[in-house]
Amino acid sequence: MAEKILMKGNEAIAYAAINCGCDGYFGYPITPQSEVMETLMKEKPWESTGMVVLQAESETASINMVYGGACCGKKVMTSSSSPGISLMCEGISYLAGSELPCLVVNVMRGGPGLGTIQPSQGDYFQATKGGGHGDYRTIVLAPASAQDMYDFVDLAFELAFKYRNPVMILGDGVIGQMMEKVELRPSKPRRTEAEIRELCSSWATIGKTADRPANTITSLALQADVQERFNIKLQKKYAEVEANEVRYSTYKCEDADHLIVAFGCMSRICENVVEIARENGIKLGILRPITLFPYPKDALNALVPQLKSIMSVELNAGQMVEDIKLVADGRVPVSFYGRQGGVVPSPEEIYDAFVKTIK
Amino acid sequence: MDIKDIIKPENKVYGRTPLLKDAILHYCPGCSHGVVHKIIAEVIEEMGIQDKTIGISPVGCSVFAYNYIDIDWQQAAHGRAPALATATKRLMPDKYVFTYQGDGDLASIGTAEIMHACNRGENIVVIFINNAIYGMTGGQMAPTTLLGQVTATTPYGRKAELNGYPLKITELIAQLEGTCYVTRQSVQNPGAVRKTKKAIQKAFENSMMKKGTSFVEVVSTCNSGWKIPPVQANKWMEDNMFPFYPLGDMKDR
Repeated sequence: MAEKILMKGNEAIAYAAINCGCDGYFGYPITPQSEVMETLMKEKPWESTGMVVLQAESETASINMVYGGACCGKKVMTSSSSPGISLMCEGISYLAGSELPCLVVNVMRGGPGLGTIQPSQGDYFQATKGGGHGDYRTIVLAPASAQDMYDFVDLAFELAFKYRNPVMILGDGVIGQMMEKVELRPSKPRRTEAEIRELCSSWATIGKTADRPANTITSLALQADVQERFNIKLQKKYAEVEANEVRYSTYKCEDADHLIVAFGCMSRICENVVEIARENGIKLGILRPITLFPYPKDALNALVPQLKSIMSVELNAGQMVEDIKLVADGRVPVSFYGRQGGVVPSPEEIYDAFVKTIK
Repeated sequence: MDIKDIIKPENKVYGRTPLLKDAILHYCPGCSHGVVHKIIAEVIEEMGIQDKTIGISPVGCSVFAYNYIDIDWQQAAHGRAPALATATKRLMPDKYVFTYQGDGDLASIGTAEIMHACNRGENIVVIFINNAIYGMTGGQMAPTTLLGQVTATTPYGRKAELNGYPLKITELIAQLEGTCYVTRQSVQNPGAVRKTKKAIQKAFENSMMKKGTSFVEVVSTCNSGWKIPPVQANKWMEDNMFPFYPLGDMKDR
């Protein structure tokens, strides 16, 4: 049986990075995710796998170090929390605009502004609709456990290199700080120089050899038609991601009359809401989007005909609910319940809010 | 004797390095960028490190440096080139990594990145083109614009009380423990070109010796931004910039 270790979600990110052959981590301390870099520094992976770990002077520098590392075909990542991610958004736009693979972990806290250091899901719009400037998308994975934090690191790198696109793990302060048992996976070695050359030689800046023209990584196109052609290519890629990479899970949806849609820590809390509802004779189920982009539109759409109501439960003022309404398209009432500023609701509180919507 | 008798391979004393691509430079006539590009290309060719060199271009006129020197390039967001270089060199320590940055990029929006990369002693080369103006955007004030200098955003001349003082960032960089070689050069005549070439070659060599960051400032002309023809621009630079930005090595260890 695989080894299980009790750890925080943030620590799981660090151990997973070392374990899955990550080449470099660049970060800046911010609560509630500082354990990611602290764990890496304690583990000293540069002595074991050769992974580079560097504390940068700012989130701006961190994401641009990620940009530089990604240019070299390396598996590179950063982690931060909401205000820091705002600073990184310029860089994420450049990464998307230069079609570079990387992992950005956001352990969300309450905002806007400096906000709180308590958990939040207030960055849903920022993560799924852009954040930085221009027409781009990041692939967004929403972990609901420390195990997810661990497993999604490897998955994120797979997706990042498959589509040459930034991937974000959108966690929150609950998932980052909570300690759970995490099952460790078989380790993957870091890619060798020869493997990187074979995989990325057509685009990466790993030194121009005689057998190929020089590679330039840039997101600059001064001519309008050139930029438009590139943007159309990007949109095609995002359509491919939407067709192939949707991930979600359902809980007691088979006979459900009512549905809660919740991601991350809220999907865990809402499992208890389902139990309370069913004890009271109400057939309630949960759809948990695991990828927030691409959004599980088809799965939600398939459930709509059997439903009398949908409620979105989020740790924000109502962000994902807009995507649910687009899918429901007026066929079924869609309500929202959320708490903000770092307040996490209890299952009973959510159940009470839910019951009011169906009366 | 006809000119055709003279133009023969055996009489050739100078040629363009093949590392400088056969592309028409977008730089204005008289601009220093083209000369510095040529120097870098020659140094890379002479050191035989084309397959081991990664250049990082900035935002500004030299954003298109990648169109001219035949190596792998990364194009950075405004001011962030030293962050890209940091990761690139740490992840590929056997590569020669250099940034090429103007004064707006390096000494204004990118001050944090350049100071910290130099202070960490990243084993990279920084080529800093200081022409005391923003060229690409049409001649606005740069952090290095001299007091009294007229630009698009200092139409009555730079005034300390309104705009602050010109920033001698290279002097600051020289104070940082992480730098091993800090020098200020120019390229307005053959002698200066030769000195700058030596400086850039030394900087590239340093980057493999784990000595820290090498920083080469090149005081440069911007005829379009200054609105001065090339020959007079060289004179204006010598008369006005050199007294405030004196040439020579500030640190070499």
